Amino acid sequence: MRSFCSLLALAVAATVAATVAATVAAAEPAPGPLRIVTTTQDLAALAREIGGDRIAVEALAKGYQDPHFVEPKPSFILLVNRADLLIAVGRELELGWLPSLIAQARNARIQPGARGYLDASLNVKILEIPTGQITRAMGDVHPLGNPHYWLDPANGRLIAQAIRDRLSELAPNDRAYFKQRYADFDARLAAAEKRWDATMAPYKGTKIVTYHRSWPNLMSRWNLDVIGYVEPKPGIPPSPSHTLQLIAEMKRQGVRLIVVEPYFDLKTPRSIASQTGGTVLVLAPSVGGVKEVTDYLQLFEYNIAQLSRALDTTR
Amino acid sequence: MKAHHLAATIVAVATLWGRPVSAQEAGDSTARRQQRTLDSLTAALRAVQARLDSASGRGRNVFNPDIGVIGNLVAAVGQSRGGSEALAPIPSLTLQESEASFQAVIDPYARADFFLAIGEEGIEVEEGYVSFTHLPAGFLLKGGRMRAHFGRLNAFHNHTLPWVDRPLVMYNLLGGSVDDADTGIKDAGFSVSRLIPAGKLFVEAIGEVYRGESGTLFAAARRQEVSAIGRLRGYADLSENTNLEIGTSYARGYNDAGPGLVTQLSGLDVTLRWRPLQRSIYRSFVARSELIASRRAEPDTVQRAFGLYASADYQLQRRWFVGARFDQSERARNASLSDRGLSAVLTFWPSEFSQVRGQFRQMRFAGKGTANEFLLQFLFTIGAHGAHPF
Repeated sequence: MRSFCSLLALAVAATVAATVAATVAAAEPAPGPLRIVTTTQDLAALAREIGGDRIAVEALAKGYQDPHFVEPKPSFILLVNRADLLIAVGRELELGWLPSLIAQARNARIQPGARGYLDASLNVKILEIPTGQITRAMGDVHPLGNPHYWLDPANGRLIAQAIRDRLSELAPNDRAYFKQRYADFDARLAAAEKRWDATMAPYKGTKIVTYHRSWPNLMSRWNLDVIGYVEPKPGIPPSPSHTLQLIAEMKRQGVRLIVVEPYFDLKTPRSIASQTGGTVLVLAPSVGGVKEVTDYLQLFEYNIAQLSRALDTTR
Repeated sequence: MKAHHLAATIVAVATLWGRPVSAQEAGDSTARRQQRTLDSLTAALRAVQARLDSASGRGRNVFNPDIGVIGNLVAAVGQSRGGSEALAPIPSLTLQESEASFQAVIDPYARADFFLAIGEEGIEVEEGYVSFTHLPAGFLLKGGRMRAHFGRLNAFHNHTLPWVDRPLVMYNLLGGSVDDADTGIKDAGFSVSRLIPAGKLFVEAIGEVYRGESGTLFAAARRQEVSAIGRLRGYADLSENTNLEIGTSYARGYNDAGPGLVTQLSGLDVTLRWRPLQRSIYRSFVARSELIASRRAEPDTVQRAFGLYASADYQLQRRWFVGARFDQSERARNASLSDRGLSAVLTFWPSEFSQVRGQFRQMRFAGKGTANEFLLQFLFTIGAHGAHPF
């Protein structure tokens, strides 16, 4: 016991010494590319489009992970501690995990209100902003509107503009570079949008079901009609009574496609599909959601290709 | 819109005020008619006031802190054997330590967090501190009343634990008593912490100084008898899904055994977590253990006590968790007495905002025999729901 105490006392003394040494050695951030941390891979992909080789970007949540429930791991604190710019989705998507990371980051540059904190949602089109009184009897509703807004390329363009402007503030010498990269991204996105619009035009008004309310921006952009959800309420797992109601409604309206996020269990959607003669389609809600989707344009290339193929087969 | 509501209310008030008296009402006394009219008028004015409040409330409330309340109802059946000198028996039903939280940013340099523990016998400041988030050289300074960073679980609030109770070693060695349902080092003081550069490893060093009064553990008789706590913790991602955290802690403070007598604590904690990211809402596993050694100086002797717990929790499904815990600890004030415990826990989460937990607990209190108890807990959250500690 005495040796255990001595060992621990020694460890604590070493801690103090290491802290002092580290403090003395602590230098200002090393020069180099701007260090960007984003909460999701979508924002990282957009930052990469604009920042190119003038930034080093890392995303906290993976694209195949439910972005509502991310663990605030200490390794994330390290990333945020070293960041020059933190870009968040906002609209309370990261409410359960980002505030504690920021509070422990020991980084004044990225605190909300500072130039190094960017809420990407401020200029975009937000859907499903609740009106009237909201309570948690309605499930895990987002009082500031649906936070899955990056799934409309028009919003992607607005996010890219906000990133361009903020990067230009933080690195004014590279302003022209960021401007040029934004123009290039804008042109590629506009050309792709024409293609996607043409692909999706034949399916206008088709009724579908989704698991969670992750897709309103994507579906409304291409005029698909979401008539129900596998979840009885946002964030509440499927219940037998709701599933039966949904099956009846799908049969009544002839709905045969169920879109699911990659992080949800497929058991209930498959059971619903088997009883309605429908199909379960796993789409990518984010960059990195499936292996093929490695940048922002591919997010739509993949989802549009998958959607159009599934809509063809379920018609 | 608001003007329309206001105008409609005023018209309603005027109508009520000037309503002609019917033949039936003519039989009522004048006093009763006047009273009814006054009641109607008061109700209408309250409605106008409520509308005015809500119209201007959005602007006024924007700087208010995030407020949340967590209820914690605990029921117990079985034989408690009267607990021990460090562990109070749980009553058959108790609304134990509900927690009210108030959290907000103070100014561009700091934030404040208050957690009030509301027991059936009164309110206690569980924690209330200011954090300075903008200090140079990567320091984080906190000041106020806090749960100390000794070991892993001491800083956790009750509702964030995977069990109904705390591990036995926390009651026996960290200041538990029959007068307090909770235990742990919590005191007024300062906490300074800093990340230590170590590549991809997360290494954090924490130093804390407190007044020196905490439960039955520390009892400062003079101002200079402060307590001190040091902690070093390291964390590494072993893979995308698995991570390991190891911490060492030390605490020193004056005890109540006599003038100038000191209690020292040393601790080692290990936490292994697994959570597959793509199925993170359905599956997870956490194994933890803490070892704590206590050295309590007394007038004629030194009490050297040791205790530990080891636990494992597995998430079966999205809303179901199962776990087990082993406890063993000698008592700080009489190290010759040793208690043991075994627990099995099943937790159901109806939603992110509520939990129902059942825990079978078998305790072997030294000299008292075995206590078999079943504990049932309802946790429910309203208002702001802060992040869970990692």
